[in-house]
Amino acid sequence: MTTDGADRGTPAALRTAALEQLLTERGLVDPRVVDAFIADYETNVGPRNGAKVIARAWTDPDYRARLLTDGTAAINELGFGGPQGEHIVVVENTPAIHNVVVCTLCSCYPWPVLGLPPSWYKDPAYRARMVKEPRAVLAEMGLELGDDVQITVRDSTSEVRWLVLPERPAGTEHLTEQELVPLITRDTMVGVAKVEAP
Amino acid sequence: MHPPRADEPVFAEPWQGRATALTILAVRLSGRNLDAFRHALERLDPADYLQQGYFGRWLNAAELMLVEGAVLAPGEIEARARDLRDTPVTAPPNPPRGRAPAWPAGPGSLRTVDAAPAFTVGQRVRAKNISPAGHTRLPGYVRGHAGIVEVVQPAAVFPDTHAHFLGEHPQHVYSVRFASHELWGQDAERFAVTVDLFEDYLETSP
Repeated sequence: MTTDGADRGTPAALRTAALEQLLTERGLVDPRVVDAFIADYETNVGPRNGAKVIARAWTDPDYRARLLTDGTAAINELGFGGPQGEHIVVVENTPAIHNVVVCTLCSCYPWPVLGLPPSWYKDPAYRARMVKEPRAVLAEMGLELGDDVQITVRDSTSEVRWLVLPERPAGTEHLTEQELVPLITRDTMVGVAKVEAP
Repeated sequence: MHPPRADEPVFAEPWQGRATALTILAVRLSGRNLDAFRHALERLDPADYLQQGYFGRWLNAAELMLVEGAVLAPGEIEARARDLRDTPVTAPPNPPRGRAPAWPAGPGSLRTVDAAPAFTVGQRVRAKNISPAGHTRLPGYVRGHAGIVEVVQPAAVFPDTHAHFLGEHPQHVYSVRFASHELWGQDAERFAVTVDLFEDYLETSP
């Protein structure tokens, strides 16, 4: 067990500022790199990327087949890749089979397609309980699954990253790929929600 | 658990974004790697781990790595933080002009190995009942339990050695499907869980 003797009463914001100042003074960090990282993950790298992947799969059967065979390559086709996305495996949810993703050991998450993980994904309760009582956890989160639905939980314990291909909801047959994108939320691609028709 | 918020910001407070970026940069600045970073997170004080939140954990792990990597002295962040608290903050200098330097790209964790996978899809395997002393990605809840290989995944560096600078030892990774009753007993909910396990974690099972 390690503690570094620091007074944890100091606000994290102040400690972060101190860290950045120390590293910048030594010439080890350029604040512009930090700015660029934040801007990237606040605006460019987020679940909208994943939604574009799913909408393409719903409207292009060949793409869907490629996505389920080699997720990383198919996702790269749309220009998405990078850290925490070295090997992405896409699994399909159907009325009978429901996949849901967790990382029990930390909070591994497919950054290139979903961005940084939301707070609930990092919650120790989610991490511990999803592999033990997923049906109960999903119900608490608002997703009631019938007893006949087979649940497969994907625990991201290696560098494999999992992305759920959710079911396309009934009543969206007339929508174009571009119109489908906004319907596909982050939570549906982790497997804690279903896509709803508008 | 509660229903997720749809509108949760990526970073609820500005320091969280800066702490995230600085921590990722600290991995390399301290001569560490992704596995050593995870090991640093695991070595934080357990009460702090739970109480300080995700970004607080990252910040503390960054400090631990930078101190262990002799980039910063112990207590240096705290001392500077106190200075910042006690002295009026002056406006930072204008950032230098020009394009921001590129974000550093790492070699990643995937590797090619010559050896054929020791296990095949559909084979019954058992997670070894072992308790590695340091970092490991073998979750406690599957140790000693049997499952079926569902996918042979690409080979990757072995976290148990890589985190301790004992070499990459790249090896095959298997997504192993465990039945809930195997892990949690007959009264458990009916479901399956797949766990991505390195070859050294597994043995054949009758």
